Amino acid sequence: MTAEPAIAARDVAMRFGARTLFEGVSFEVRRGEVFVILGGSGCGKSTLLKLLIGLLEPSAGTICVLGEAWPGLEGEARRSLLRRIGVMWQSGALLGSLSLAENVMLPVEAHTALPAEARRMVAESKLGLVGLGDAAGLLPAEISGGMMKRAGIARAMALDPEILFLDEPSAGLDPITSAGLDELMLSLARETGTTFVVVTHELASILAIGDRCIMLDKQARGVIAEGDPRRLRDDSTHPVVRAFFRREPLAEGVA
Amino acid sequence: MPETLNAVREGDALRLVFPARLDSRAAAELWRPAHREAARGVRLVLDARSVERLDTGGAALLQSLDRAGVELRPPAAEGPRSALERFRAGLAKQPAPRAPTPAPPAVQRLGAATLGAATGLGERARFLGEALLGGVAALARPAKFRWAETLRHLDEAGTRAFPLCILLGTLIGVILAFQSSVPMRQFGAEIFIPQLVGISLSRELGPLMAGVILAGRTGSAYAAELGTMRVNEEVDALSIMGLDPMGWLVLPRLIAATLVMPVLALVMTMTGIAGMALVMAGLGYQWPAVASQLQQWMSVSDMAGGVAKAAVFGAAIGLIGCRAGLSAGRGPRAVGDAATAAVVGGIVALVLLDGLFAVMFFRLGW
Repeated sequence: MTAEPAIAARDVAMRFGARTLFEGVSFEVRRGEVFVILGGSGCGKSTLLKLLIGLLEPSAGTICVLGEAWPGLEGEARRSLLRRIGVMWQSGALLGSLSLAENVMLPVEAHTALPAEARRMVAESKLGLVGLGDAAGLLPAEISGGMMKRAGIARAMALDPEILFLDEPSAGLDPITSAGLDELMLSLARETGTTFVVVTHELASILAIGDRCIMLDKQARGVIAEGDPRRLRDDSTHPVVRAFFRREPLAEGVA
Repeated sequence: MPETLNAVREGDALRLVFPARLDSRAAAELWRPAHREAARGVRLVLDARSVERLDTGGAALLQSLDRAGVELRPPAAEGPRSALERFRAGLAKQPAPRAPTPAPPAVQRLGAATLGAATGLGERARFLGEALLGGVAALARPAKFRWAETLRHLDEAGTRAFPLCILLGTLIGVILAFQSSVPMRQFGAEIFIPQLVGISLSRELGPLMAGVILAGRTGSAYAAELGTMRVNEEVDALSIMGLDPMGWLVLPRLIAATLVMPVLALVMTMTGIAGMALVMAGLGYQWPAVASQLQQWMSVSDMAGGVAKAAVFGAAIGLIGCRAGLSAGRGPRAVGDAATAAVVGGIVALVLLDGLFAVMFFRLGW
């Protein structure tokens, strides 16, 4: 395992016009860890994720993913970096006109020269891993929201990425499926050294899989806590962090 | 550096030795040679013991070769071995492929298609009935009706369509007058051009062209808007909140479409006559001559018939657009299909209704 971090963000700020979403955000994601981005609704978690995958450009600061700086990366360099990351979107973002298997085959087709039979096998294996083996031929419109989410994860994993970005993977899933997903993430992280960056609210999931986390806050416009989620739960003195982990409403006048 | 596959003869068996790096790129290169060796029909041993890097593509290659009677020596290293196991675990959850259902005989398909068409017709009739009942209910409680929404739709479908109608109307008037002037001149009958253009525009072309514009601009917009609402479950949410989608969504649009059409048809007719007058001026006939011709040959009933027809066209187009949107399926493609159905259905209905009106006016002697 190399010492170079999987992701390094330095002094990242995001502004929309005069409105500052967050600023001065710095953190590192180490290789092979499950890194969780926490925070209440509207604090910019999903925006931060879009910055990390290069869809948005930060207003200030730098973001390095696998040693490459996103802004300014173009052509072949960008393509080869894209091949090394996988993204699961909040609602799956499957193409409606393609079956689940064809959706999972898309990145394989785009980035490798594997023959059709191999692509089909890859798709079937990945769908099997997320428990959708018997749904490979269905269209996204024919399955439930949770199934779409799992198919989105299968598509994100299709190329064995070094970093997997997951936006709310367990929201809308039943506890059993959600726990199975956590287990899959953990085993991938431990066995293949895949790095996970997960945006989630699910307390059980955060505590079960998170090696480290950062917590964003809307009022503070930045990171208010960083570290092992279990230690944050037990030791943090920050009122917002405490309220979050104890599932309590925020006391009046705090934050 | 290209990876290579070593094939070693061992007695009656063929041992395929896979390289240390068996990733997707290597697997793509080795796929054909490996399958060529495997097709020789000898006993096969897949030797993957020295594989150190294995990804999903490499695992797919190994798995594709691993048939009955083939011996697989798994990778010695822990990482690639678990990668292969994970790949197989995913595949193991595949159900046996289902046998494709045989196509039903032609008679059965014909019957199913007929039944489907009949059901579709019944659904359209029911939609029409629901819309009428919704209208009656709205009349009973006018305070509940969404007047503001209706005004918005009147603006969208009407005032915003004026520039297009003026442009097309003028051009059509110019074209009709110019084209008919060529044969008319041979008989010295150019003075009858105003009558020809005026009657054809007010009775036929005005309402018809306005209907095409409404179907393309507004019918498709209704279908796309309502179809997206359907996909986002907004329509279901409305009906669960106790708001009738018919009164809430369909009626304002339907009323707007019905009310704007006579106006659009009039705009088409008027601008068409103006265009015709331009051409007549070019041919040397001044406006008083043109106007007296129009007065002499055109009656109010020509205008009224066209305007009444236009209102019916508008109701049909609005109804078809709303129905297409509300009966949309799920997914982004469904919205596109609904918009297409609205435009095609709207234009077909337009022409059919026009034919009916032609017969009716003829019988009534209008």
